[in-house]
Amino acid sequence: MTGRSRFLSYFTRRPGTYALGLGAMLLSTFLFLAIPRVVRAVLDDLAAGVTQGKLARSAAVILALAAADAVCYFWVRRILIGASRDVEFEMREDLFAHLLRLPPRWYRRNRVGDVMSRAVNDLSAVRMMIGPGIMQAANTVVVGTVALVLMVLVSPLLTLVALAVLPLVAVATQVMGRITHRRFTAIQELFSEISASAQECFNGVRLVRAFAREASEEERFDRQNRDFRRQNLRLARLNALFFPFLQALIGCGFALVLWVGGRQILDGKLTVARYVEFNLYMLELVWPAIALGWVVNLWQRGTASWKRMVELWKAEPLPEEDAAAAGGTVPTGALEVRGLTFGYDGAPPVLHDVSFRVEEGETVAVVGRTGAGKSTLLSLLLRLDEPPAGTVLVGGRDVRELPLPLLRRTLVPVPQETFLFSDTLAANVALGAPGASREEIEAAARAAGLGPDLASFPSGLDTIVGERGITLSGGQKQRTALARALLTPAPFLVLDDAFSSVDTETEARILRGLREAARERTVVLVSHRLSTIQHADRIVVLDAGRVAEVGTHQELLARGGLYAALAERQRLEEEVEAA
Amino acid sequence: MTEIHQEDERLGRGYDAGLARRLFRLALPYRGYVGGAIAVLLLESVSQLAGPLLTGAAIDLVLSPGLKETGSGSRFVARLLGHLGFSTSGPRALDAIALLYAASVLVTFGLMILMVEWTSRVGQGVMYDLRTRIFSHLQRTDIAVYDRTPVGRLMTRLTTDVDSLNELFTSGFVALLGDLAVLGGIVAVLFALDAGLAAMTLAVLVPMVFVTNWFRKGARDTFRKVRTRIARVNAFLQEHLSGIVVVQLFRREAAAREPFREVNDLHRKANIESIFYYAVFYPALDLLSAVGVAAILWYGGFRVLHGAMTIGAVVTFIQYSKRFYRPLMDLSEKYNILQAAFAAAERIFQLLDTAPAVTAPARPLALPSPVRGEVAFEEVRFSYKPDEEILKGVSFRCPPGSTVALVGATGAGKSTVVNLLLRFYDVTSGRVTVDGVDVRDVDPVRLREAFGIVLQETFLFTGTIAENVSFFDPALPRERIEAACREVGLGPVLDRLPEGLDAKLTERGGGLSVGEKQLVSFARALARDPKVLILDEATSSVDPETEERIEKAIGRLLAGRTSLVIAHRLSTIVRADLILVLAHGEVREAGTHSELLARGGLYARLYTLQLKDREAALAGSAPAA
Repeated sequence: MTGRSRFLSYFTRRPGTYALGLGAMLLSTFLFLAIPRVVRAVLDDLAAGVTQGKLARSAAVILALAAADAVCYFWVRRILIGASRDVEFEMREDLFAHLLRLPPRWYRRNRVGDVMSRAVNDLSAVRMMIGPGIMQAANTVVVGTVALVLMVLVSPLLTLVALAVLPLVAVATQVMGRITHRRFTAIQELFSEISASAQECFNGVRLVRAFAREASEEERFDRQNRDFRRQNLRLARLNALFFPFLQALIGCGFALVLWVGGRQILDGKLTVARYVEFNLYMLELVWPAIALGWVVNLWQRGTASWKRMVELWKAEPLPEEDAAAAGGTVPTGALEVRGLTFGYDGAPPVLHDVSFRVEEGETVAVVGRTGAGKSTLLSLLLRLDEPPAGTVLVGGRDVRELPLPLLRRTLVPVPQETFLFSDTLAANVALGAPGASREEIEAAARAAGLGPDLASFPSGLDTIVGERGITLSGGQKQRTALARALLTPAPFLVLDDAFSSVDTETEARILRGLREAARERTVVLVSHRLSTIQHADRIVVLDAGRVAEVGTHQELLARGGLYAALAERQRLEEEVEAA
Repeated sequence: MTEIHQEDERLGRGYDAGLARRLFRLALPYRGYVGGAIAVLLLESVSQLAGPLLTGAAIDLVLSPGLKETGSGSRFVARLLGHLGFSTSGPRALDAIALLYAASVLVTFGLMILMVEWTSRVGQGVMYDLRTRIFSHLQRTDIAVYDRTPVGRLMTRLTTDVDSLNELFTSGFVALLGDLAVLGGIVAVLFALDAGLAAMTLAVLVPMVFVTNWFRKGARDTFRKVRTRIARVNAFLQEHLSGIVVVQLFRREAAAREPFREVNDLHRKANIESIFYYAVFYPALDLLSAVGVAAILWYGGFRVLHGAMTIGAVVTFIQYSKRFYRPLMDLSEKYNILQAAFAAAERIFQLLDTAPAVTAPARPLALPSPVRGEVAFEEVRFSYKPDEEILKGVSFRCPPGSTVALVGATGAGKSTVVNLLLRFYDVTSGRVTVDGVDVRDVDPVRLREAFGIVLQETFLFTGTIAENVSFFDPALPRERIEAACREVGLGPVLDRLPEGLDAKLTERGGGLSVGEKQLVSFARALARDPKVLILDEATSSVDPETEERIEKAIGRLLAGRTSLVIAHRLSTIVRADLILVLAHGEVREAGTHSELLARGGLYARLYTLQLKDREAALAGSAPAA
């Protein structure tokens, strides 16, 4: 779908709403533009002599017209602005659904902050365009047309005089809007400069103090601060003069109309009453003329923002898997990596010809120094990145051939960085098993070593965690993630350094529990910690993307290679820590 | 930290006399502009009143021939025309009135220009002063404040909070006066024209005030609701985008949409609620103004019929009644501005009111000149938090010209030693001395001038290499800067970059490698030829070639001056005159490399560990092919 047709689809979904809104606007316009005619009639009557009763009737007519107009305009706003909120709601829903389906590699290229800015700020600008933007644009057109026709009916000559000013108002608004925007952008740039350098100074405060550079930092800040004041003053002048300028322009228009109209009255070509009527029409045109410039700016901003949003839409989402495929049988058996060579997007390979096999029910640890390729290997096992065909197999099936929903039920991860949602602990644990019973959740939490923590939380499993709840310690988070994985019924468990924040004693306890809970599972675990690794049935040592050693803890220690060196280092580190 | 944090959350508590006085004092330097603006404002509200009066006069004097009795407004205009030497009837009078009308418009505009100029000067001036004050204050405030306050919060004080004061000073209080003046002027003129009709017209003001008040409250409440709800929508979005991998791994895509729909819908509902207030308010104002027009026509018409009033006066009334809105609506907005400004001012003043604890003594001692560079710690105890002692009685002495290496595990207290020596913090008990003088008896700025420092994390400022090395000190001669650069081995870099010393650097380095950036920070310390050098070695690993360059540069840096090094490099440690092994806030072992190695204690183990790392690094850099 192109950007334009996607945009239009939100409107074509609700033709009735817009027809109703515009209809109410038209009605309202006719109603309030009828008032000047009544005023004229009263003035004519006054000149000719009139009864009090007729005067009261005219006043009542004005009131009735105004009341009807007020009701109409209430609905104009309610319908048109309300519709813009509905469109915003739908756009946000659609965008969120779309974002959920974008692949991990897209998120690696795009920062969350940038995506958020498009989903928040740009959507807001688009909403301004389709809400107040559309309403004011329509209002300007409708009121402008009707009022102009009525003015011509009063006096074509005066209309021409008035028109000498009104377009100027619209043009001035637009031009001033553009200049404001330019100056504002310049100030924004200056502002980010001044913030950046102040922030730099605060971040480097130790250096500034140590080098006794406070005075020169103040001077540097002062220079920018002065410039900032100067530029702001320029913008403030422009901004603040905008309305007075329009007022003056419009005022001159009225003076001109008074002068020309007065002449006409003296010449007997116009009555005072008609002149007053004309004046009132002109007053009603002032706001639409001002709004026109404003609307143009709203549209410019809104379309620019829509373009930025369309870029999000252009990203290719993961394929929608059909339900039948998702329901296939979960493969069981061994996990095998076969001659896996992989590099990110054309970069030199991170993994070279990696092969190993994890038998059903076996636990294999992958170790290596930072940058050895462990995390890449795991992301390929989980198909967060696409491995080459035939290199990663579960239960004899290529992971690439498994539909994603099925794969997700086959391999369950405990990622390095635990992500908890602002929800109850129970909901976070049951993330992969929505149907789990309370007992099952609790059992998983206990198996993951969360038992003692539960007692200390204000409402146990129902405690809200994450941003809007209590903050869990690193260890508690990791154990929650582990519980989450244990509860997810999948035959393969992938642990990525899942105990790094858990103390060794708790770790040993969890591992014992895990052997119990994960007896039937095939486990691949990455870790830096000897205490974790030595529990594995076998150990694969990665070095610079290649398999350097494979064996049991004892075998590898005896061999005196890379693993033995890593183990020795850790022993020393522990000794130093304990000293 | 928590107090400051709570400050951010607190909503303005509204008017506060003490705060108002302090705010008022901020504007004192600009009292000339404030006074001028107020004077101009009064004139301007008078000139704004001219339009309707002139229109009415035109109708009475010129356009309704044969009128015997004219209203007071028209009589006033007639007298004015007479004074100015214009005719008071006929086409000439019309020309004069139109001219006066245009003149009043232009005068209003001219006065506005003056007023805007002056109020903007006040607002921008106050903001400039405040920013300067905050920044200067932060240059003097304790390092402890920085350690417990996120920089983002300090930035908020300096930027957003200062900005919210701007509106108070520019569009806030002067415009408030302006609105009141215009309203007052209209009321006065109306009564002068016809008291009865004026009272009737003003009657409309009562419901207008009520409606405006109702709207203000309702709009504010729903606005708050909208704000908290959009915050929830965005938090949800942010959370799920940050945790997208988890969402996808656990196949929660579909499930996540339901709660999102809920928060999204709550936001929509809050907005539609706020539409209600707007949708009622504006038409209600229009309606009330129409009521005013109807009343004027009815009652005014009645008076016209009895010859007690002219048509011109009726038209004047109608036009004035249309000018009620703007000032009224503005007034209700001003209240919100005021509230936000007060809350921001409170936060700013709170920051400015925290006096630094680490200050120069009333009569500071001077370090001997020239500084010899003898550093000593005597039984120093220190804790950041009351019950968590970081240093538990540390004593050592660095003789002038010696190199002392501090080694130990993370958290042993190494960086605290540096914090105390530079007086970023003051000791809890014991003494830190430089050349026998307690550092607390010296002006901190003078004290620090004796030191050169290289932090663990290389920090470069946005600017050129020269600016980074001189630290924006124009007094430092260019030759010294260049010599310092070449001394630490930056020569090849200067020759490689086309702009040489004037090459631009950014926070992230811009074109320099990690190692080269470290060298720039070395040159920065070296350029001032300090008597005492503090070097916190970087832990990040670099390639062997860079490592060699850095080791060589460190050699130059340490030569001929007292140096305290938080050491990670074997080469640095081995050649130190004294090695202090810190563990859990105590000096566990002290001596030279060979002495400590022979002892076979903690140091010996640390040494082996370092050696292991080195072997591993060498093995890693040459993968088995």
